[in-house]
Amino acid sequence: MGAIRLENVRKTFGNIDVIPGVDLEINDGEFVVFVGPSGCGKSTLLRLIAGLEDVTSGKIMINDVDMADASPAKRGLSMVFQSYALYPHMTVYNNIAFGLKMAGESKAVIEEKVRNAAKILNLTDYLDRRPGALSGGQRQRVAIGRAIVRNPAAFLFDEPLSNLDAALRVNMRLEITGLHQELKTTMIYVTHDQVEAMTMADKIVVLQAGRVEQVGKPMELYTNPANKFVAGFIGSPKMNFIEGDYAKARDCHCVGIRPEHFAISQESGDIPATVKIAEHLGAETYLHVNADNIGPMTIRATGEVPLGEHDRIWLTPDAERIHRFDANDKALSR
Amino acid sequence: MSTRASTLAGHVMSAPSIIALFLWMIVPLGMTIYFSFLRYNLLSPGMEEWIGFVNYKFFLTDHAFFASLANTLILVGSVLVITVIGGILIGLMLDQAIFGRGILRILVISPFFIMPTVNALVWKNLLMNPVSGFFAWISMSLGFQPIDWFTQAPLTAIIIMVAWQWLPFATLILLTALQSLDRDQKEAAQMDGAGPIAIFFYITLPHLSRAITVVILIETIFLLTVFAEIFVTTGGGPGLATTNIAFLVYTQALLQYDVGGASAGGIVAVILANIVAIFLVRLIGKNLDA
Repeated sequence: MGAIRLENVRKTFGNIDVIPGVDLEINDGEFVVFVGPSGCGKSTLLRLIAGLEDVTSGKIMINDVDMADASPAKRGLSMVFQSYALYPHMTVYNNIAFGLKMAGESKAVIEEKVRNAAKILNLTDYLDRRPGALSGGQRQRVAIGRAIVRNPAAFLFDEPLSNLDAALRVNMRLEITGLHQELKTTMIYVTHDQVEAMTMADKIVVLQAGRVEQVGKPMELYTNPANKFVAGFIGSPKMNFIEGDYAKARDCHCVGIRPEHFAISQESGDIPATVKIAEHLGAETYLHVNADNIGPMTIRATGEVPLGEHDRIWLTPDAERIHRFDANDKALSR
Repeated sequence: MSTRASTLAGHVMSAPSIIALFLWMIVPLGMTIYFSFLRYNLLSPGMEEWIGFVNYKFFLTDHAFFASLANTLILVGSVLVITVIGGILIGLMLDQAIFGRGILRILVISPFFIMPTVNALVWKNLLMNPVSGFFAWISMSLGFQPIDWFTQAPLTAIIIMVAWQWLPFATLILLTALQSLDRDQKEAAQMDGAGPIAIFFYITLPHLSRAITVVILIETIFLLTVFAEIFVTTGGGPGLATTNIAFLVYTQALLQYDVGGASAGGIVAVILANIVAIFLVRLIGKNLDA
């Protein structure tokens, strides 16, 4: 069981409101991702939930008990740190066993739980090694193992993949998702990478400057962003924002169109443009174009597109998928 | 740039300083070894003759040798214990964000800058003097008999002075090590349910092991040759109570003018230092490999 509810959680450092007040509902078994640019307060929010920082005010309800003033260990949560924070002088076995030992479990119970966790995480052969003798991915697994054995109400992940190389990151992403499906424990995962957020989350919480900008399922955020910030943050390459006459004609302050929602023609269309740079990736092509009277835009075309520098093209946005924003950056209904 | 020519040039360029350093070491050592096999007393010049191991035999069978060997080991051991434990405790305190930390740190480090002779004089005359000393004043104002440190507990007094001198060194090294402890590790241990004491023994202390090793090795090297503090305060006495090996060699050479015997004592001291060093490196040196 791991349902977590934040009620008006505030955190100030000196005079600075890092978290001006957050309300959030996390259901049991959910995989929730906190995503936002660096410095948006997502890690602070996670540390508040973990109990590594004290809240300035507000309640942190874990399974309907206010834990805002409880010590980290009492909250029954486990955390995987960005740096892994393994104990370098202990073997993998002792690293995983440490929490159980502190909880005063018997040797036999510890042995069984550690072996079990090691089996799930493919660490059985490495139990006698020290963290220094492991690769990045293995260390990551040890950190997860340390979290698993305590049978926590929820797992907290603080940017766990940012120290891994790209290929390993994709692997570990799948492993963590698989682990969630297997354990069905609540997980809260902090990242600045919207790809991780989109691929792993049941629910994404987009944060900016300590404020929750939008909460929703990945595709909900993609199709119906609540404001310009979420629209720009979710999706890669970034959504194109067009202001001026083009937006006025559509009765709004700003129009947002995703790079993948254009039809490209070399004869006629809505927006005339000149290709500046074409990035051919094989499966898709990114066109960085300069649209007449609008400025630079990014277009994503599927497959191989025989276009290059100085080519004239015409772009027609998918009318169904045009996002409109008012002067306060709030999304307007379609 | 590691062609054969550049490697050769490197050897040639560094050779003069290596040769100079080697001579610097080997000539005094060679002469000391040579003198140690001679009957060589400054009171009877021109009478030097080769006598083999007689000097060694006299030095090693002298009851003063065993007394001073014991004193040396007690001195080194006690100071190590005091400075390492004290250094860890003070280091932990200075690692906290307390008010006036910068000034406190300078205050803690400052005894290390005081030369041993001055240190000893201050302790002897201002603090431990049974009549006018500060400690005597404290005892008397509490109604106790003042302790005459240098007659009642001479070795303890020396240990206190030397420990005071070396505590800053230990604190400095250990504080630096404490500051390099990853905050995440402590937080992970906190999440794992470890309290402050468990964190100290399971996380902090193992993290410090390498620094502690360094402190012990370096301090041992210097503490084996403590001299100024003894010379200034007790002069090795009363009796042999505060004579260590270094001081014994001094009394042989300069009080009895026996250069041969002192040389033999010096060589014995070198061998002892090496034995202690090998022992220490075996015991704790593995910490330095990891």
